[in-house]
Amino acid sequence: MRWRLPFSPWHLLLMPLALIFVLPLVQMVLTSFMTAQEINQFPPKFIPSSLHVEGYRALLAETHIVRWFANTVLVSTIAVVAHLVLCSLAGYGFARLRFAGRGLAFLAVVATVMIPIQLLMIPTYLMFARAGIVDTLAAAFVPWLASAFGIFLMRQFFLGLPVELEEAATLDGCSTLRTFVSVVLPLARPALATLAVFTLLSSWNDLLWPLIAISDDNRFTLQIGLASFQGTRRTEWSQLMAGNVIATMPLIIAFLVAQRRFIATMTFTGLKG
Amino acid sequence: MALTFAATPRAHRPDVTPRPAGRRGRALRRNLTGWGFAGPATLIVVGLSLFPAVWAFFISRTKWNGIAPATDVGWRNYERIAQDPDAAAAAQHTLVLTVLFVPASILLGILIAVALNQRIRLIGFYRTCIFVPYVASAAATGILAGFVFNPQFGAANETLRRLGLPAQQFLESPSQALLVVCLIALWGEVGFCAVVYLAALQDIPKELVEAAVVDGASRWRVFLHITLPELRPVTVFTAIWQTITAMQLFDLIYTTTRGGPMNSTQTVVYYIYELAFETQRLGYGAAVAYLLFAVTMLLTLAVVGYSRRSGSEAF
Repeated sequence: MRWRLPFSPWHLLLMPLALIFVLPLVQMVLTSFMTAQEINQFPPKFIPSSLHVEGYRALLAETHIVRWFANTVLVSTIAVVAHLVLCSLAGYGFARLRFAGRGLAFLAVVATVMIPIQLLMIPTYLMFARAGIVDTLAAAFVPWLASAFGIFLMRQFFLGLPVELEEAATLDGCSTLRTFVSVVLPLARPALATLAVFTLLSSWNDLLWPLIAISDDNRFTLQIGLASFQGTRRTEWSQLMAGNVIATMPLIIAFLVAQRRFIATMTFTGLKG
Repeated sequence: MALTFAATPRAHRPDVTPRPAGRRGRALRRNLTGWGFAGPATLIVVGLSLFPAVWAFFISRTKWNGIAPATDVGWRNYERIAQDPDAAAAAQHTLVLTVLFVPASILLGILIAVALNQRIRLIGFYRTCIFVPYVASAAATGILAGFVFNPQFGAANETLRRLGLPAQQFLESPSQALLVVCLIALWGEVGFCAVVYLAALQDIPKELVEAAVVDGASRWRVFLHITLPELRPVTVFTAIWQTITAMQLFDLIYTTTRGGPMNSTQTVVYYIYELAFETQRLGYGAAVAYLLFAVTMLLTLAVVGYSRRSGSEAF
């Protein structure tokens, strides 16, 4: 008789993998509650002796992290709201409305996907400078007001909806805008949720755009804030980890709560993006 | 505001063929409505990418520090790239990173997706653990990696010590840093590949697999001859997506090594960032960016062309 493991052999692969992926994050949280002495001990400790909050306290007292958090929340909120409104409007326009220049405009939007970020860094900075939004939060949210991905996602979704409902609404005398708002949008909730998650992840985690445009530390987002005090406090690990916890926990908690929605977003990006 | 923008070009069009007012009015209204819907987002997307991309080309033919007036130097910036050892090194690092990162993320992605597709206990726990790093920002990931790979007290060396292996310098060693950066990038991005492959696996028609099993195929042969070919379109997409990710890697390098030690992790994107924003050589930076863009486009076209020719229909 063949000898068998008492459990599926897949566990032998998945358990170590899962630990490799999650333990660094666990260590990040635990280290944020350690004292400097504990962190520098040899051999290294994994679990703090008790919950030391000195790292958090120093961070709150010596940096503008509360401000950075509020800035990031504001930037992400504007980005998500603008994305939902503008991309659903454009997606509907491209999917359903007939107007001069539609094909060309859609082609231009699709073509932008090919352009890499490094090509845009220099001219975007110069555009921000001319528009007078260097060193303002606008520099952090303007790049996320709308995206080709968002327009494409919403267009695909609307193309998949049956057109009869809209025709009925038009026959009843609804204007295009009215039909869109009261008939189409309520059906689009899953696509809108996917788009919201995508925009939240991108705008919250963005480092490059705020980095090139913002140097006033009152206007920092969390990501540049983290990067900047990493430069000045290379060895204050409990503070650095505390900053990391503050910057990543909102999204991690959101992920744990709405895992299904996050995974749907990643899948959509992969299969249709 | 959007309506004003849409209306302007029409208002100036000379009326050559006067049509009945009603029909023309309706056409105008239709165009206005269409542009009112599609215009604002299109304007933002095109204005923040196509327009600057064209502008970048003009900048690339100048010598400019962003403050003094730019001087036109023709193609000289491009000629200089050929003799720039830093540019060559940056291109080489980017290439090495891409060649390591793309196949590794595809293989790991398939492996993890197949494992997560099993009906076993704890699968929800595993899935959560493996996907959660994708949500953490690259900046935070970079800072955390600096701690985990710290040569003195980091968990990586502690693990090696427990296994009886010699300690390493990791991010502080010019010969290891790029490889470690690649590992960190994989840690953050593999979850994405795994999700995409998992969805693709679940899309494979069950009848296909069942038919093969009835015919007596082993599980391994089913995987090799049915599952893998079905995953091919997704693989083309993932390869392109991950290539773009690897070639544009910036945040992670900024928060781990800043291009060091001894420039060993200076990639093209990071080099352009330094040229433009630390040494204010905007024209030359734009030229390097354009050259990389051309190379990336050719590579992408080659991949798409190859996949077309070998019959997969991802595009």
